[in-house]
Amino acid sequence: MSTVTPTSERTRPAAPPPAGATPGGKAGSGADGFGTRIFNGFSHLFLAVWAVMVVYPLAWVVMSALKTDSEVIRKPLSLIPESLQWDNFARAWTAGIDSFFLNTLLVLVGSVFLTMLLGSMAAYVLARYEFPGNRPIYWMFLSGLTLPIYLAAVPLFKGVYNTGVVLPFLGPNKHVMLILVYVAWSLAFTVFFMHSFFRTLPNAIAEAGMVDGASHSRLFFSVMLPMAKPGLISIGIFNVLGQWNQWYLPTLLMQSVAGEPKNQVIAQGLIELSVNQGYKSDWSGLFAGVTMAMLPVLVVYIVFQRQVQSGLTAGVSK
Amino acid sequence: MRHGVARFVTGFLALPVALYLFYVVWPFAQAAGYSLTDWGGYSDRQQFVGLDNYVRLFGDELIRMAFWHNVFFLITVPLFTIALALFLAFLLNVGGREDRAGIRGVFGSSLYKVIFFFPQVLSLVVIAVMWQQIYRADGQGLINGVLIKIGLVDADNPIAFTNDPAPFLGVPAVLWWLLLIAVWSGAGFYMVLFSAAMQSIPKDIYEAALLDGASRFHTFFRITLPLLRDTVSVAWVYLGFIALDMFALVYVMTPSQGGPNHASEIFASVINFTAFQKGQFGYACAMAVALAIFTILLAALQLRITRRERIEY
Repeated sequence: MSTVTPTSERTRPAAPPPAGATPGGKAGSGADGFGTRIFNGFSHLFLAVWAVMVVYPLAWVVMSALKTDSEVIRKPLSLIPESLQWDNFARAWTAGIDSFFLNTLLVLVGSVFLTMLLGSMAAYVLARYEFPGNRPIYWMFLSGLTLPIYLAAVPLFKGVYNTGVVLPFLGPNKHVMLILVYVAWSLAFTVFFMHSFFRTLPNAIAEAGMVDGASHSRLFFSVMLPMAKPGLISIGIFNVLGQWNQWYLPTLLMQSVAGEPKNQVIAQGLIELSVNQGYKSDWSGLFAGVTMAMLPVLVVYIVFQRQVQSGLTAGVSK
Repeated sequence: MRHGVARFVTGFLALPVALYLFYVVWPFAQAAGYSLTDWGGYSDRQQFVGLDNYVRLFGDELIRMAFWHNVFFLITVPLFTIALALFLAFLLNVGGREDRAGIRGVFGSSLYKVIFFFPQVLSLVVIAVMWQQIYRADGQGLINGVLIKIGLVDADNPIAFTNDPAPFLGVPAVLWWLLLIAVWSGAGFYMVLFSAAMQSIPKDIYEAALLDGASRFHTFFRITLPLLRDTVSVAWVYLGFIALDMFALVYVMTPSQGGPNHASEIFASVINFTAFQKGQFGYACAMAVALAIFTILLAALQLRITRRERIEY
């Protein structure tokens, strides 16, 4: 079994286990030949090209955040700033990014947790129990994926406004209201996704649980939900990102009346920044703001990526 | 026992359904109601006009054009995104060396996965700012700049990108450029999705195939792809929804939100234009209802075609 590959990855961190350590050790030993190496090289080439296509524009945004304004306009393409302008970040931070972050965090903590809980509860019941009304309710959730959000804008705003008259914490520009709206608008895809996931879980374990006398809700929380962990992680990432990047709903519902504190979230605030920078021509400040909005999600994603993989390998190794 | 099930089902569904009804279904139901009126959106004056708005839809030239543009995206966005995502997932998971555990992924496959997913985490603002610079039509943009440097594009006549209404293969060029952004930002997500599905296929199936002398291409096309069918069809349905709602890209990237000269008009942009620019909210609602019905029919058809028995392993 040769460890030499045509590409530069000679130092493979995880060396293949010695042949014969497990049954089936001989299976592929003769196949690692010339064609394989060509194919391996081609894979790396294509994957690397696509990786550059993805990373280059992002790097460009980050590096533009470190340029001076005149350099952004003079040399838009260059990746290396003449000198590093860290104060772009300080300027953007005090221009409102700090409160955008706080509001976004407050809302996301509640909305993501509730979306996951309510979404998987509904999906589970719809996927694994037969009862009258099952299909209509499923189709009701599914149809939410098809409808253009901005058409509901005016009635939605009216509804929120009227609720706010009776229950002030559910009115416009309130965190709790935005949490509930996010949850409602995220349910469609969460239910759709978890529904197909719960359907792929084996019946045998559920039946075993029932035989052992577990109640329905106990079966869900202690058996099925842990088994659905890979799906939960995926849809969790999806919801965190989706709600972090949501700009239409907050722009519609988090408008502050004069005298009220501004409770803007990040994407909404960035749009305002990008509109305002037209007057101030603070390009580098905008790029700094975009970078600050971008990096936390990238970090969250990279952290969760590991968990996705451990969750999957745990699922595969039975 | 029966009774317990009913209580359990109700208890689990009550809260999500209530929230969904209040914040999603009810606003849409109201919008559907407005579709039967001539409400402008701002005044309190509205008159019941019955199905007039719907009749008007069929004679609307703009709607017809938008419909065909939607059909274009409906076919191309899922097709190219899934093909590219499958190809990348294939290279990642099958491109590596073969050994006792079957064929392993290429070296660094987890790093590639992390990178490819990046566009998915970007907000609309970031994507818009970025691609506006990439697509700059004045020779300074990323693509024009590079192509002029290597002599493929005339410096006096750079590519116009989203300002270009001229047809390419019968479809306005601007749509192809928007398609590129959609595929660019979507491929990574579906690659990760397919990759996860590929890895959840039990190894012993591959071991058996390898013992039988199957090559990596055979195992991919005869085993992996058929077992991915469910995932691919879910991806297809979801990409279909995205394709029907390319509004964000059209809105940010094209001149006058659907231009130039209505060349990139899609259903959503026509709705937006009618509701908020022309101030015909009732008529716009009728368009949205028609679009929703069309979409639901399409989704039902899709699910019906791709439905088949579950495979448990």
